[in-house]
Amino acid sequence: MANAPKTEAAKWKLVSCDPEKCTGCAVCEYICSLHKENVFSAQKSRIRTMRIHPWINISIACRPCSPAPFVTACPRDALKQSEETGVIVVDDEKCDGCSWCIEACDYGAVTLHPEKKIVRICDTCEGKPECVKWCPEEALDFVTRDIMAQKARIAVSKKLFKEAMEAQGIKP
Amino acid sequence: MLGYAGRILHVDLSSGRIWTEVLNEDYAKKYIGGIGLGMRLYLDHSKPGVDPFSAENPLVLATGPLSGTMVPTGGNGHAFVSKSPQTFGVGETKAHGHFGTELKRAGYDAVIFYGKSERPVYLWLDDDAVQLLDAQYLWGKSPQETEDAIKKELKDAYIRVASIGVAGEKLVRIACVINEKTRACGRTGLGAVMGSKNLKAIAVRGSKDIAVANKDRLLELIKVQHERMKGPAARKYRTLGTPENVLVLNALGAMPTNNFTGAVFQGADRISGEYLNERYVAKVIGCSSCAMRCEHIAVVPEGPYKGTTTRIEYEPLWAMGPNCGVGNLDAILKGMDLSNYYGVDAISIGGIISFAMDLYKNGIVNKETVGLELNFGNAETMIEMIKRVSLREDFGDTLAEGVKLAAERIGNGADKYAVHIKGVEMTGYDIRGLKTAALGYAVSFRGADHNRHGAYGPDVSGKVNRFKAEKGRGKLVKETEDLYSIIDSIIVCKFSRGTYVKGFDDLAALYAAVTGIEMNGEELRRAGERINNLGRLINIREGLTRKDDSLPWKIMHVPIPDEGPSKGSHVTQEELDLLLDDYYEVRGWNKEGMPTPEKLKDLDMEDLAYIIKDKPVKRKKHTQTEE
Repeated sequence: MANAPKTEAAKWKLVSCDPEKCTGCAVCEYICSLHKENVFSAQKSRIRTMRIHPWINISIACRPCSPAPFVTACPRDALKQSEETGVIVVDDEKCDGCSWCIEACDYGAVTLHPEKKIVRICDTCEGKPECVKWCPEEALDFVTRDIMAQKARIAVSKKLFKEAMEAQGIKP
Repeated sequence: MLGYAGRILHVDLSSGRIWTEVLNEDYAKKYIGGIGLGMRLYLDHSKPGVDPFSAENPLVLATGPLSGTMVPTGGNGHAFVSKSPQTFGVGETKAHGHFGTELKRAGYDAVIFYGKSERPVYLWLDDDAVQLLDAQYLWGKSPQETEDAIKKELKDAYIRVASIGVAGEKLVRIACVINEKTRACGRTGLGAVMGSKNLKAIAVRGSKDIAVANKDRLLELIKVQHERMKGPAARKYRTLGTPENVLVLNALGAMPTNNFTGAVFQGADRISGEYLNERYVAKVIGCSSCAMRCEHIAVVPEGPYKGTTTRIEYEPLWAMGPNCGVGNLDAILKGMDLSNYYGVDAISIGGIISFAMDLYKNGIVNKETVGLELNFGNAETMIEMIKRVSLREDFGDTLAEGVKLAAERIGNGADKYAVHIKGVEMTGYDIRGLKTAALGYAVSFRGADHNRHGAYGPDVSGKVNRFKAEKGRGKLVKETEDLYSIIDSIIVCKFSRGTYVKGFDDLAALYAAVTGIEMNGEELRRAGERINNLGRLINIREGLTRKDDSLPWKIMHVPIPDEGPSKGSHVTQEELDLLLDDYYEVRGWNKEGMPTPEKLKDLDMEDLAYIIKDKPVKRKKHTQTEE
């Protein structure tokens, strides 16, 4: 399983967060760590919430790049990316926690397990991410990039044509 | 005993000695956490009769058993407890956000501060590593600046900080403790206690796991709570937020104006929740673990205060708005922002300024003595006074003592205009026409407050005749008090109260799933009653009596003048006595409002019976109520 060719990436789904909806409640962190590690722990969560300013909130998980730079960066070949899903699988035997991958990831989506000292990355809960299921604001979605773009187009259209829609009695 | 960290941290600021202690399991079960555990620890570690600002007055910080878990609104609370510089009885105050979560993750159920540091310090809790670090460079900074500076110094944006502003440093008696920039442990002046200890801030980073007893059961319960929080029980908080109260209370003639002169505000439409959400609210955010989200962040769009960004709630909006006769929303929002900036309770600051305006109107102070034209409705003066009180400048220095002590200092009949209970300024319900609430306010152990009892509920909803004082109200107040004491001890958010449709049973189920301590609703209710008695016992130890279960002079002597449903209503001494007698009886207390030995035995609190046996401590002159 080498690095996946670019053509595959269009099919991959990722956990995306709508910052307009995100309230910074971190329920995603809670459920992720509980599901994966049986405890509540922000550090053990594969998705992390960030509040930069009271109204700037976002949760970030792996956004599988193609090719993922940190897969290449791993000096011990501990990381493999699935061609089918884009999920990056960590070989716990090989990973020694050197954290080159953490440095290489532009999104801060790779974290170091505080006790095991090996890295952890979102595995999408086998295609059924718990964080998406539990997000109280429905700010999280599990989508392909194409659907992500489509959602943005729908949102922007609604914004642009708000008045016209109201005049026609179309509920946005 | 999962859920609990099992550990209490002791910090002696005088000597720098720091040690930990195992949490007493009996205390956990009897006092739950939050204010309950905090008050018990305070009682155990303090001497009676000390000055709130002396090194002998400890300050307790506590989390709840649910802190750090995903229980919606339960995962994030923390509470401070100490002797209040306003009531000279027990002071307790809570906040939500992310700080409580982090404190639990660091492994502490409570932190007790003793003594006084020689120079400004802040406490840095990095899991087991505990240090007192230099805070000289932070002295004079706002809580918001302090938080940013500490995160920068310690190089971690996920560190959570609770800190005081300049008002706390200057021992302004209404100073608060602020975390995450907009969340405040606001009431009873414990920010000033922190300031008296030269303790500028508490910074926390926690990486410990929070394990729960029954994961599957807990997730089931949380799922139910999530659904309820999307429903009608939380609608108000999710949509308009607490400013929805403006029009509701105004229509009832229950929104105090001009320092409890009137009860209907003419410009209500221009300061309403509806108006705010249409023009000012930029974003609604949530605290850690919350599935409701209520924190409405407003931005002033234009004018001299353009760009002011602040969290909005009904209470401060009322305090700096209608209660000061101010209808300029831009200025009210600026006032809220400044309260957070200086670190003063945004409710009490409005009460203090309206008090000063009332004195000015009635000729007790004048422009020569106060240096300003303190007319009701003058927004610029209101803004200026927030600064003067917070910095103890000029007349602000007197007012910084709070309305009760300031009135004593000013004399000349000023006490009639000091609208407070037990020294704490009133909140935004006109209890002249809400008589169940009036009882709740009068008996609250932390002074004037709607959040100790929620007894305005039956009045506002029409469940009872709100203009009538009658037997039966004591039971209503007791029931909500006991529930609110559990809400403050297990620490969930008051805004979520409607989602616990089975009350104590729902809360007990969450408690059991997290901690593994099987407790049914009735046992939890008893704990709530116990905590209320505990608050009372601390006050008795500090010399408070039935006389302190009083109402402000204006509530009892100035009938509501406005045309409308509440016109003419006020609370007489006979009515208050009737309500108190009824309440004490339901509580199993004697006529003096003191728990009986039988009641303490019934609540498994015989270890505290010494308090009611000893004569109450003779209080120092400056803390005395009129004899």
